[in-house]
Amino acid sequence: MERAVRTDLPVLTRRRRRPGPVLAPYLLVLPGWLWLAAFFVTPVIVMVSLSLQTGDFIDGFRQTFHFRTYADVVETYHVQLVRSLVYGAAATTACALVGYPVAYWIAFRAGRHKSVFLFLLLLPFFVSFVIRTQSWNVVLADNGVVLGPLKHLGVLPADFHVLATPYAVIGGLTYNFLPFMVLPVYVALERVDAKVIEAATDLYASRAGTFWRVVLPLSLPGVFAGVLLTFVPASADYVNAGILGGPSTTMVGNIIQTEYFTNLNYPAAAALSFVLMGALLLAVFTYARALGTDDVLEAAAR
Amino acid sequence: MTTHTVAPAQDTPTTGPARGVRRTRRRPTLTVYTWLVLAWLLLPIAVMILFGFNDTHSKVNFTWQGFTLTWYRHLFAIPNLTSALVNSLTVALVVTVVATLLGTPIGLALGRHRFRGRGSVDLLLFAAIAAPEIALGAALLSLFIVLGVPRGYWTVVIAHVAFCIPYVAITVRARMAGHDPTLEEAARDLGAGPWTAFRLVTLPMLLPGVASGALLCFALSIDDYVITSFNAGRTVTFPLWVYSASRTGVPPQVNVMGTLIFVGGLVIAGANVLFSRRRAA
Repeated sequence: MERAVRTDLPVLTRRRRRPGPVLAPYLLVLPGWLWLAAFFVTPVIVMVSLSLQTGDFIDGFRQTFHFRTYADVVETYHVQLVRSLVYGAAATTACALVGYPVAYWIAFRAGRHKSVFLFLLLLPFFVSFVIRTQSWNVVLADNGVVLGPLKHLGVLPADFHVLATPYAVIGGLTYNFLPFMVLPVYVALERVDAKVIEAATDLYASRAGTFWRVVLPLSLPGVFAGVLLTFVPASADYVNAGILGGPSTTMVGNIIQTEYFTNLNYPAAAALSFVLMGALLLAVFTYARALGTDDVLEAAAR
Repeated sequence: MTTHTVAPAQDTPTTGPARGVRRTRRRPTLTVYTWLVLAWLLLPIAVMILFGFNDTHSKVNFTWQGFTLTWYRHLFAIPNLTSALVNSLTVALVVTVVATLLGTPIGLALGRHRFRGRGSVDLLLFAAIAAPEIALGAALLSLFIVLGVPRGYWTVVIAHVAFCIPYVAITVRARMAGHDPTLEEAARDLGAGPWTAFRLVTLPMLLPGVASGALLCFALSIDDYVITSFNAGRTVTFPLWVYSASRTGVPPQVNVMGTLIFVGGLVIAGANVLFSRRRAA
């Protein structure tokens, strides 16, 4: 609201006084726009067209507008599709539950050390995503540093394992995407005006009452942004399922990779990718339309 | 700040809370909890650093065998791992330069111009960031398959530039949002030409945004697995090498390289903080 007023007026008055180079913004946008048109928009269109072709790798593919492929891939891989969404939703929920208190603590309790804690939170990003996930493989290995001693002491049965279970994959996803949840929530909490909290206390709200009826509602935009930023990458991820999972935890990303590179069934792979992208983008846009995209973009840029 | 007496007696109204939040009872639960979560986040990093010093005798680096510096001495003993690291670093450098050059003007245009089609550019950036990585990778792969372009080093660069542009544009735009357009106008009123006004007023203000956009780009590019794996063909980057090694056993050199990249990142971040402090002072 405030921002719209601030930017609109001076620009408009300046325009009138000095017509200026009308073309300037277009010239600025053009090179990058062309790149995105060529290597983001066009590929998506080509992917859709590829998904409507039939044929095989040896004899080549022909455009036949064969919509059956979509029904086929959904039918064949609905287990993995649903699993991806469920794992993504589970990891997102876990991120919100684990991350909210952390964001709250940093925003309200960390005092002047806030930036230190934010930095600690971002520290994992200085290490390669694949290495971090691989490190969990070492930590959770069947006879590794954690499970090994516990089994030796008889606390756990000898055949107990975490790797290759849904817990390992969802745990890995939660681990990898937690900062994407904490940061937007922190930003939202940080914006909560102290006066509002003071007012609530002045009106005899209890600590819990202040939190549930004032702080939490005001921080919800941050939670929404966090949900978007974690749900999409978590559902589409296949690195965690690939490294920490097993045959029973295969996600749709793993299937897409196999279809492209092992089965060379390009139409099916393209159709499956488009289904995943369509489902996730639809969710994102509905969500963003209802709640505004600015917060999400701002959080994404951090 | 008002101080009511709802709080019990042991409550010490500590001085200087950044926000005027009243601290009623100070329970350590949340503090302990936050430290535990942070420890959980940092655990894999500790494992990575520690196992870089592991005196393992096979490729399997799962159990602690003793301390050694061998792997630091034989850091480049695995030729294709070294070339994967070199690929990652050079790709990231090229991508950073190209994406920053293409993304900065978009951020600039969005930040200070109102123009027809502004909304659709915004939407395009949003879609490029919101789309799952795997879909972006798969779409590009489809394009290269249909066009018959062999995948390799340059298709990786093209893909990385495409996913980095929006991040640079948004970082720069965010920086522009805090910028007062009257400053540039004042410069022009004082007789500066449009280019001089831009160079002396807008650009210095913009540079931190460009720098952080570029750093983000470098970090995203060097770390990317998903899009790279779809467009790399036989070219191997550091994350691809590690992923494929995760099946058979990750050699300690990977941990050492990871540790060195980590430390390098910390140094850059530290320098960044010092630099901005000095500017602010």
